[in-house]
Amino acid sequence: MGRYLSKKMLVYILTFFIAVTLDWAIPRFMPGNPISILVSRFSALPNARKVLTSYFTQSFGLDKPVWVQYMNFWKAFFHGDLGISVYLYPKPVIDIIKESLPFDIALLLPAIILSWIMGNWIGAIAAKNRILDKTLIPVLYIFTAMPYFWFAIIIAWGLGVVIPIFPISGGYSYSMTPELSWTFFLDFLYHWFLPFLSLFVVMLGGWAIGMRNMIIYEIEANYSRYSESLGASDRLILRYAFRNAVLPQVTGLALQLGTIVAGALTTEMVFSYPGIGYLLLQGILHQDYFLIQGCFLFIVLSVLAANFLVDIIYVLIDPRVRYSYTEGV
Amino acid sequence: MREWLKKHDTIYFMLTNKRFVGGMLFILSLILLSLIGPWLARIELGWYIEEAGKRALDPTANIGTPYSPPSPKNWLGTNSFGQDVFLQLVYGLRSSLLVGIIGGGLATVVGLSIGFISGYSGGMVDETLMMLTNIMLVIPTMAVLIIIAAYLPYRGVLIESLIIGLTGWPWTARAVRSETLSLKSREFVHLARISAVRPLKIVFGEIAPNMLSYVFMVFILQFGGSILAAVGLDFIGLGPTRGTSLGIMLQQAVLWNAIQLGMWWWIIPPGAIITALIAALYTVNTGLDEAFNPRLREM
Amino acid sequence: MTAVDILKAESLKVYYRTLHGSVKAIDGVTFEVRKGEVLGIAGESGCGKSTLVNFLVLPKDPMYHAGGKVFLKGKEITSLPKHDLRKIRYEEISIIPQYSMDSLSPTRRIRMIIRDLMREHGKDFDPDLVRERLSMVNLPQSVLNMYPVELSGGMRQRATMVISTLLNPDILIADEITSALDVSTQKFVIEMLLGFMDRKVVSSIVFITHDLSILYQIATRVMVLYAGKIVEIGPMEEVIEKPVHPYTKALIYSLPKMNVRFKERRLKGIPGQPPHLLNPPSGCRFHNRCPLATKRCEEEEPPLVEVGKDHYVYCWEVKV
Repeated sequence: MGRYLSKKMLVYILTFFIAVTLDWAIPRFMPGNPISILVSRFSALPNARKVLTSYFTQSFGLDKPVWVQYMNFWKAFFHGDLGISVYLYPKPVIDIIKESLPFDIALLLPAIILSWIMGNWIGAIAAKNRILDKTLIPVLYIFTAMPYFWFAIIIAWGLGVVIPIFPISGGYSYSMTPELSWTFFLDFLYHWFLPFLSLFVVMLGGWAIGMRNMIIYEIEANYSRYSESLGASDRLILRYAFRNAVLPQVTGLALQLGTIVAGALTTEMVFSYPGIGYLLLQGILHQDYFLIQGCFLFIVLSVLAANFLVDIIYVLIDPRVRYSYTEGV
Repeated sequence: MREWLKKHDTIYFMLTNKRFVGGMLFILSLILLSLIGPWLARIELGWYIEEAGKRALDPTANIGTPYSPPSPKNWLGTNSFGQDVFLQLVYGLRSSLLVGIIGGGLATVVGLSIGFISGYSGGMVDETLMMLTNIMLVIPTMAVLIIIAAYLPYRGVLIESLIIGLTGWPWTARAVRSETLSLKSREFVHLARISAVRPLKIVFGEIAPNMLSYVFMVFILQFGGSILAAVGLDFIGLGPTRGTSLGIMLQQAVLWNAIQLGMWWWIIPPGAIITALIAALYTVNTGLDEAFNPRLREM
Repeated sequence: MTAVDILKAESLKVYYRTLHGSVKAIDGVTFEVRKGEVLGIAGESGCGKSTLVNFLVLPKDPMYHAGGKVFLKGKEITSLPKHDLRKIRYEEISIIPQYSMDSLSPTRRIRMIIRDLMREHGKDFDPDLVRERLSMVNLPQSVLNMYPVELSGGMRQRATMVISTLLNPDILIADEITSALDVSTQKFVIEMLLGFMDRKVVSSIVFITHDLSILYQIATRVMVLYAGKIVEIGPMEEVIEKPVHPYTKALIYSLPKMNVRFKERRLKGIPGQPPHLLNPPSGCRFHNRCPLATKRCEEEEPPLVEVGKDHYVYCWEVKV
């Protein structure tokens, strides 16, 4: 088990290293070096001195050797210095990201977990039910074929404009400030519902179809045939198939995280939901490169962390991995 | 005789499979639409002259009355700038299909090569390639696309397809590797190896033909994946800097409050056509799966 | 039918549905399995032996029942509803499958697999019984707490043998269970099967193999199948020593060493290929490979000839 995790860890550490390097190298070596133009733009702004002497700014465009700039970038990274936003000048990028973090967690975590559970459940039922398989599964295929943001647009139009029940913009009402109170919480939930629903529905299709196909595959497996030969009921066979089919679905969760996050970014853009996706959109619209870079790093790091978490869960639930890496086969 | 029957069977099952045929017909009609659409629409295009006498579609050219719902003149109405939505849709579809073919094709080729080499050679080569693949798998590709695209001063459909193709291959490589491993251990490959056939000949003579159906299915999935990735990138605002695409249409629609204004003719068609296209691709794939995999055939 | 017959098949036909028509994998076989015997079924791959037992235990698409009857302890089972079949399986007829190395779900402990299967038949997990059976096949008690992946292939097969026989089925089918094993393990597996018989765990065994030398060690009677039909059926010793049907002879002579008697003979295969069962040849199905074939063999189905006590062949050219 330790070997399995350490092998995975190595991949994550390398990935992390590559991601940070990319984050530094891409803007640095792009034609026209947009970052150094951005840095020089800071010198005209108030508080310029403070901005210009930070490690982060120094890692782009200053006349130091390239490797010193690169080292500065790492130093800045470990100091939590991701530069200063132009769009929200002079707020540090890291603070902006921190503020949007709770909104992302509140949106993504329930959407991912609930759609995964519901999807697996629906898929398992559909696998053995001919009617459901012929009616529900095609609908789910359409769900999973939709671009995340398009469904978000449709749901915003349908439940926000045609039948105006829900707000379609922001994470909370403009008249409020984030605080720990019931009124804020309810207002937050009210704004949260549509983005959540749209993410949930699009993801649901993929999980359900994956589960259905896995179950059909497992039902064909030898162990299912053996149980059936010994008079096991369809229920027992389905239960066994489900136990084995859930494992690839857990791996699938890890593999899909990147796509899900990307989908969530665009969904947030549709609803102007104050998460990372919305920040990223603002960064792109205002050519706020430091903000874009900060968002990139943050997204990569959270996907890596989530992947690692899924790996640990996988080790705990799959006896094969547990066995093959403890006793060595 | 038996080999021939087997081949015959597969083609027969493919051509009689409703999903395969239906999905294929639908995709072909979309391709046709993207080709003859502008002629169908019979609307003056807004062109502007690029250097060297080339001309390009000007997405900002004002053509009709803005905000008009579908009418006999503008089949899908016009957007806030007075552009014909149907015409944009057709051009957007073209760019999407192009991204699908180039990006999906590239990802398929890269994924196949890496998976093949990795699975066939084993050892250090395998370890290194798989490490690379695993890294590419965990890194959120969309984020990489975003950061690359954000710094490109000029972006065209071709560059977009290239970066999508070069980041979309990892899952294919992994799947192809395990497929190669299982084929490698089959009887006929052993036989070829015992009779001292050159490795490349084994790969292309024995393994590749057995994987042909599989490759086709991989391409279809990569085709769809590339289209979805491009649409997302375009929507974020990192699509082609000139011309239009389905993602750019939707980005514009959201930015110009089409939702709040209830301009359904602007927001529904672009997404619906993507969804239909992707769903058709999935359907074709399911059909192929049924045709190639005897266990799934219904008799 | 006599009272000692546990299973009896009458003109049983089992076909496979394919695109090009029905493949007649089992085409009219009549035989019985008697109480207390080990019936061996031998034949080349593709002769229908696996089809036959799979049909008896678990008919699955595209396989279908094309005619004839099967009686299990006097009950006709080909027309039984699904629910009744479920009860018969395991309690009256059970199988050790060909794939017994991966017949157990990888994510469930052996104990739970047993418990789940018992519950399906309204019984409880009986620790004493399981302990006794495990020791019969030389498995430690600790396997109960293991996942199938933690066992070696051989251990998994033995665990499967224990599980398959826990409900003391009347008839146990062993489908090619020795094919993938080395000679000493083969012997061990056969001894375990015979042990099940001795201790009355099972009353009869149907043992399927393409390897006559193994059959010789275990079977009471042997039934030789060729292209979906029975060619010869009789007491094991007698069939091996005095094979009558040309196909059985060829099959026995093709063995590397069966008995000293055959040592001087050159090892030879059977020339030609078994026929396609989509359009099987008319008359005797062996006629195109048979050295004795006459015009009549090509045209008419061979008759059943009794050549010795309890020893029958289907052949035109056999003289009693």
